[in-house]
Amino acid sequence: MASQKIVDQAAQIATDADKLSHQAAEMAVQVSQYMASGGGAGGVPFFVVGLTVFVLACFVGYYVVWRVTPALHSPLMAVTNAISSVIIVGALIAAGTVEMGTSKIMGFFAVVLASVNIFGGFIVTHRMLQMFSKKKK
Amino acid sequence: MSVTASYLAYLVSSVCCIMALRGLSGPNTANNGLRFGIAGMALAILTTLALHEVQSYGLIILGIAVGGGIGAVIAKKIEMTALPQLVAAFHSLVGLAAVLIAGAAFSNPEAYNIGTPGDIHPGSLIEMSLGVAIGAVTFTGSIIAFGKLQGIIPGAPVVFPGQHPLNATLGAVLLGLIVLLCSTGSPFLFWAIVVLALALGILMIIPIGGADMPVIVSMLNSYSGWAAAGIGFTLHNNLLIIVGALVGSSGAILSYIMCKGMNRSFFNVILGGFGGEAAGGAAAAAASDRPVKIGSAEDAAFILKNASSVIIVPGYGMAVAQAQHALREMCDLLKEEGVKVRYAIHPVAGRMPGHMNVLLAEASVPYDEVQELEEINRDFAQTDVAFVIGANDITNPAAKKDPSSPIYGMPILDVESAGTTLFVKRSLGSGYAGIDNELFFYDNTMMLLGDAKAMCEGIIKALEQ
Repeated sequence: MASQKIVDQAAQIATDADKLSHQAAEMAVQVSQYMASGGGAGGVPFFVVGLTVFVLACFVGYYVVWRVTPALHSPLMAVTNAISSVIIVGALIAAGTVEMGTSKIMGFFAVVLASVNIFGGFIVTHRMLQMFSKKKK
Repeated sequence: MSVTASYLAYLVSSVCCIMALRGLSGPNTANNGLRFGIAGMALAILTTLALHEVQSYGLIILGIAVGGGIGAVIAKKIEMTALPQLVAAFHSLVGLAAVLIAGAAFSNPEAYNIGTPGDIHPGSLIEMSLGVAIGAVTFTGSIIAFGKLQGIIPGAPVVFPGQHPLNATLGAVLLGLIVLLCSTGSPFLFWAIVVLALALGILMIIPIGGADMPVIVSMLNSYSGWAAAGIGFTLHNNLLIIVGALVGSSGAILSYIMCKGMNRSFFNVILGGFGGEAAGGAAAAAASDRPVKIGSAEDAAFILKNASSVIIVPGYGMAVAQAQHALREMCDLLKEEGVKVRYAIHPVAGRMPGHMNVLLAEASVPYDEVQELEEINRDFAQTDVAFVIGANDITNPAAKKDPSSPIYGMPILDVESAGTTLFVKRSLGSGYAGIDNELFFYDNTMMLLGDAKAMCEGIIKALEQ
């Protein structure tokens, strides 16, 4: 009698565990989807978070750039050119993978191009600014 | 590095990039701004290298060394006159890099956590295809702009029948392909989008004439920002989105300022065809039989020496002739004679925003002698001599008086209200916009025909005697 009860309980536990593992698997899928969507706040897709950031940054850009003096518009273009090469961040991830493949090669070339821009852009900006500041003295 | 820590580091980096632009509000803070920019970039790169996704460093170090070396050498060697070409070339690199990154993400989406090959999340596909399309347009468009500025490709607009319908159709097909790509995820469609966008970039820029290049360079600047933002959406990276938006809006504002400087709408510039040769020929023929006062370097030196105030109006011709150093020397001599010398800069003088200011700064012209159109325009009436060197259309009174002129309504520097206008020019031909300039035939105008640099040197010689 007691052994029968134990068997029943064990069966019950087994089905419960099965259910639980199913639930866990489902949750894992959900979590991975959530992570893939960028892990935005409160399950909001990344696109919405990104769009918020994007629109606000456009406004910041608008107000900051209007304050740039017209005399420095050329350095402005050179420096924006350099900082837009921050996309090197994406290239580094592709170029830094372990396995060799198309993706890694494309990442490598993107790193080269972005580096040309970063170094070239900052140096040429520096050269221009030197010209503007040297006879301030 | 944990994900949270990297997000925070990227935030700091974004703020640094904002501060870099903020610093450019004046020449005193600009160098500080540049330091912020470099720090922000270094932080962004180091943070990414510390992420667990990045495991092999060999190719990265090689890439940065090769690219950085090339960039540094080019940036150190480049002549300031060639700045617009350089900037256009750099834009094309950003565009190509964006295409390559999107391509890398498409072929290995696991590295970016956006799905598995052949099964990328539809949202990411939209962002990726927009990023890659803008990147590709920026790439080829900038190459064409570079070619036109460098003189490899003729600066005249290339127009053919059905051009605009063709571009519109290609644009519509491009959008259709993006929608199709999102539902199928096929690699063929992805690369078809790239090829189509590359073609569209070429077709968009070829109809635009050399005179409109300041707008185009600014516009491509803006595109390179939008492409970066598109890549940021694909990679779920706020730093790229913020910087992309900053650069995008900066380029858009510069394009707007340039368009306003020419009194043209942005669409008018984009549709192209302006600055053709046809109008120029007829006007030059009509001009040839009107009386023009032509002077020598000695005449000019005499007039300049006896003036009490002079305003210099430089244009692209000065840059082409590399006359900025001789010009500054001439002005130094005039200042010794007690003449008040200032420089008036039109927003669209030169081939990119602020180009004249850089060239004058290169020749050690003091920053406070150089003034913008709104600041100085009223002072021409109280000025004895306006010295126009290598500029033309930006002084053309037709912009104010002749409603039929293509440049009617464009803000100009009022050089005709100065006591005497000295006009240094190679010939009596029309300017870049192909329009005849009334000013040559005015009584108080004296034409100094010749190369800008040789003319300045001639005046210097006469002043020294």
